[in-house]
Amino acid sequence: MEKHDGRPAGAVRLDAPWYDTPASGRGDQGAAGQEDGGVPAQRAAGRPDADDTEHGTVGAAAEDGPDLSWPTLPAQRADAPGEPTHADVYLTVQRSAAFQEVRRRYRSFVVPATALFLTWYLAYVIAAVTAPGLMARQVMGPLNVAMLAGLGQFVTTFVLTWAYARHARLRRDRAALDLRWETQEMTGGNIR
Amino acid sequence: MTGSLSALAASAATDDHQILTLVLFSVFVAATLAVTAWAGRRRHGSAEEFYAGGRLFSPLENGFAIAGDYMSAASFLGISGLIALFGYDGLLYSVGFLVAWLLVLFLVAELVRNCGRFTLADVVAARMRRRPVRIAAGVSSVTVSVLYLVAQMVGAGSLVALLLGGTGQAARTWTVVGVGALMVFYVICGGMRATTWIQIIKAVLLMGGAIALTVLVLLRFHADPGTLLTAAAQRSGHGADFLAPGLKYGGSWTARLDFLSLGLALVLGTAGLPHILSRFYTVPTARAARRSVVWSIGLIGGFYLMTIVLGFGAAAVLGTDAVRAANPAGNTAVPLLALDLGGGPDSTGGTILFAVVAAVAFATILAVVAGITLASSASVAHDLYGALRRGGRAERGAASPERGAASREVAVARIAAACVGAVAIGLALLAQDLNVAFLVGLAFAVAASANLPVLLYALFWRRFTTRGAVWSVYGGLLPALVLVVLSPIVSGSSAAIFPGLDFQLFPLENPGLVSIPLGFLFGWLGTVTSAEAPDAAARHAETEVRALTGAGAA
Repeated sequence: MEKHDGRPAGAVRLDAPWYDTPASGRGDQGAAGQEDGGVPAQRAAGRPDADDTEHGTVGAAAEDGPDLSWPTLPAQRADAPGEPTHADVYLTVQRSAAFQEVRRRYRSFVVPATALFLTWYLAYVIAAVTAPGLMARQVMGPLNVAMLAGLGQFVTTFVLTWAYARHARLRRDRAALDLRWETQEMTGGNIR
Repeated sequence: MTGSLSALAASAATDDHQILTLVLFSVFVAATLAVTAWAGRRRHGSAEEFYAGGRLFSPLENGFAIAGDYMSAASFLGISGLIALFGYDGLLYSVGFLVAWLLVLFLVAELVRNCGRFTLADVVAARMRRRPVRIAAGVSSVTVSVLYLVAQMVGAGSLVALLLGGTGQAARTWTVVGVGALMVFYVICGGMRATTWIQIIKAVLLMGGAIALTVLVLLRFHADPGTLLTAAAQRSGHGADFLAPGLKYGGSWTARLDFLSLGLALVLGTAGLPHILSRFYTVPTARAARRSVVWSIGLIGGFYLMTIVLGFGAAAVLGTDAVRAANPAGNTAVPLLALDLGGGPDSTGGTILFAVVAAVAFATILAVVAGITLASSASVAHDLYGALRRGGRAERGAASPERGAASREVAVARIAAACVGAVAIGLALLAQDLNVAFLVGLAFAVAASANLPVLLYALFWRRFTTRGAVWSVYGGLLPALVLVVLSPIVSGSSAAIFPGLDFQLFPLENPGLVSIPLGFLFGWLGTVTSAEAPDAAARHAETEVRALTGAGAA
């Protein structure tokens, strides 16, 4: 294929990229249980082609499983003999509601969170050079505003790390993994 | 008082300390050599093995290795020393070095793991015409690595002079050469597998040493951080100002802008460091990459909190004047603190603790240096050699090269490691008198200017083109380097490299404030002035799908 990049196609199996997947959902049995129950059932029932968009918006029980719509290749592809090209597969997956939902979930966390921590950090740095008087104000004991803000940076970093890891584990991992299998199936296990 | 304490500093270099330090350090070197031999035993010579250690490290192992790669001697000795000298202004390094990891965690680690194979250039080149993009990303990766490498090796040289008492030129020179030779040996014989284990061992040692010292400092002040801070402020000679901004970066607006520039470079540079990016390829999945970053944020955060305690502890126990008298840059604050906490220069406890800290510092330098050498050899062999040699044919993904090409590439990587090592040894010998913290800050600024914009654009901007990628890399790299040459670091001041000359045109020591926006600007400019490739939409779709799902990941 056009995007072969220097390794035999079978190599990916040796590397076992999904090596740690059995552990996914660990520490979060409730949601994992729902996911495990829900997804295969949906898949067994066949691919919901027509109502992709409806499934794209996850309902009130947002904390549960991933989006349930699966990317499918354009109809004419199914009739035509021969393999779909790499480009077709990736474009199809990119347009699928399942992928759009994973991307939306990813962005809806990282965009505000990145904006938040960068603003907070830059404010901290800029305040030190523009408002040293404010930063030097004593708050309690020997601690002043500057020291507290510095320690606050540590605290927010730890909290955001925890929140991101939790969000990714509960809201993205399962759906992304399913998409990965699906995509690799469509590309015939061919990796670039 | 200053006199007695510099006597203490001098006595730190007595025979007992030297022998014990040398013994401990030899044990570390022997252990790492054994690890290297063990790791090289099952060598297949494949690129996967050499660059990525077989990709089967666990998140915990890789988390320790990332922390080991990141916590350099500049952090352990340099940051604590800066805090001991300047109080609050030294804290910026601790905060910036840690907060930077959020950027890595959110935007870089998982996506890079999914999209690339061994290097930064893999990620960018997947969407573009490979040859020019690979060459550009390879050049900037090697530049950043060599700057970082020189910083560490200069640090090793001055450390040995200070700690082992060999103030002579010969001791320094041989240390730099010895460290360089060892690191080349690790990399050539053990590849990523050995390097990773060395990082893990070193991270455990460093954390252990830091925890022991922190506990001793806190015990000295009755486990009350408030008492510690009050004592530090008193002994610093600055009173409450010691805990407030402005001691180092106050006053003129040039100094304040320098503070901003440094702050920006610290927080944006980490995500562009080649040796950090290459660590994400040693785990099997993006999920494992994320979990390793979570581990490393925990370790690094804990470590930098401890450097703060050690820095203020050194000010409170030794006094800022004594720290400055022993080493104007503050690099010996922590070893001297260890000597005092152990019971003083003539006690067994002091001797042992001092020797342990010195050995840990050497181990740190050795491990970091090996990690960077490996990353830069990967850039040379995988990016530059690959693009220059078979670039014409592989352009736009020609047929798959045979297995022979991969093993030839690994052979080139081994040669490249030796060459990079030789270049770094040479540069480190030339640059022996440069300030270590400055060199590290410079490496971060160059990484943030040249590597970060192109990486973020390639991952997130649909419209991004080949010209945009190339302009972005060179548009960040060249201004950063030129501004450093024109800065007061190189000429025009008494502390410059060439104090006799004056071609200083740029007032700031750190170029980040100007060069980082330029990297982003040129990337945008190059993109909007070039036509979109016909298959750009499909290529972007592939990058995006692969980045977020891991489909087809190596």
